[in-house]
Amino acid sequence: MSETRSISLKVDGKSFDADVETRFTLADFLRQQLGLTGTHLGCEHGVCGACTVLMDGRSVRSCLMLAVQADGHDITTIAGIAPNSDELHPLQQAFRNHHALQCGYCTPGILTTLVELLGDNPDPSDDEIRNAISGNLCRCTGYQPIITATQEAARKMRELRGGAS
Amino acid sequence: MKPPAFHYHDPRTVSDVVALLAECENAKLLAGGQSLMPMLNMRYVLPDDVIDLNKVDALSFLRKAGGVLEVGAMTRQRELEYSDSVARSCPLMREAILNVGHRQTRNRGTLAGSLCHLDPSAELVSVATAMGAIVHVAGPKGERKLDFADFPFGYMMPSIEADELVTQVDFPCWPAGHGFSFVEFARRHGDFAIASVAVLLEKDDGGTIKRAALALGGVAPVPVLMREVEEILVGQPAGEDLFRAAGEVCRKVEAVEDANAPSAYRQHLAAVLCRRALTIADVRMSKIPKLGNHA
Repeated sequence: MSETRSISLKVDGKSFDADVETRFTLADFLRQQLGLTGTHLGCEHGVCGACTVLMDGRSVRSCLMLAVQADGHDITTIAGIAPNSDELHPLQQAFRNHHALQCGYCTPGILTTLVELLGDNPDPSDDEIRNAISGNLCRCTGYQPIITATQEAARKMRELRGGAS
Repeated sequence: MKPPAFHYHDPRTVSDVVALLAECENAKLLAGGQSLMPMLNMRYVLPDDVIDLNKVDALSFLRKAGGVLEVGAMTRQRELEYSDSVARSCPLMREAILNVGHRQTRNRGTLAGSLCHLDPSAELVSVATAMGAIVHVAGPKGERKLDFADFPFGYMMPSIEADELVTQVDFPCWPAGHGFSFVEFARRHGDFAIASVAVLLEKDDGGTIKRAALALGGVAPVPVLMREVEEILVGQPAGEDLFRAAGEVCRKVEAVEDANAPSAYRQHLAAVLCRRALTIADVRMSKIPKLGNHA
């Protein structure tokens, strides 16, 4: 009983048409069918946050969505947050500067979540950052460098927008 | 962990959903998917048909009608979190929702998805209990309404039939200036609460409590509306001794025992959290002017 559907969606700015098994999660579709392995799978039941992507700008756990539900939507993965192939997103650069990752497994989910946060709230407090990534488990860094990096990125992004910092 | 094979349906109207439910023997309704998807991934549930409600636009709305907040079944938890109308007229819900899962799950999770999953620790379940919400249900025989007090049939089992769905939930709002508080104890932020308390209070001009509602979550297999606490509070001046006595009533609730906590610990938490929630609600009630808003 393998049932498939045709879907059309945008991933990281590119349009895709695909036939997908209806039981496929969005995470498996991205990784196995489109070969976009930047999205990581940790727990596959919505606890670890590693697989977080943005759907129409909102952070969602891609293991808790079916690929068919992304039909007609705009998905951004970790591979799509940088402005171009030579430049990092301010969050990525700040993570690099502050050693906010070690093994890097959880990082795609944390970065996509923080992209959404800084879009909603360009000047978050440490507590607001902690709250936003409370659904992302990192077992290496202990989170403090992540908070520091996020503050730096937020500052940078405010400057880039020409706002007062 | 992959979901089992199933037939996928994405109807556009409530009547199409009802027709599908009548047709499909072993179907599951997919709302926000933040509980059903893990259960599918782990194959705790093996439905033959999954009926996705995400394209039924009529199920997603949030409006204030008179003194009632009417919320569509598929309204996202995020919308409740960021709604000025909820913050103003239903501050208990706003406070509770910040404890519901995480940013990413609130972006997808829905009001009725949470209510129908009916986890006894779920914050929205406690809010619906304390506020005396009214649930609108659609089925083959038409629509019916039921009081949230009658909604839980048993542990994680709502009293709706397999061929019915929840379409709307009404929350009767308390008057401006009422006291409210939601407190919970969980091991980590965003985890399921081991115990939680939702409280609403209203005083008369003389400082006597004239109306009260208190719901205990996570303690018993279903959320408990503590009518006995209400009886203790109403007609009395608010105060520490009274709130302590109310807590002692909560300590007597028959509590569940699981890997997270023995029942005696849950009873202890129920008593402590009850006292704390009442104290916070009382302070808020005293400080907020009668016609002011809570912004």
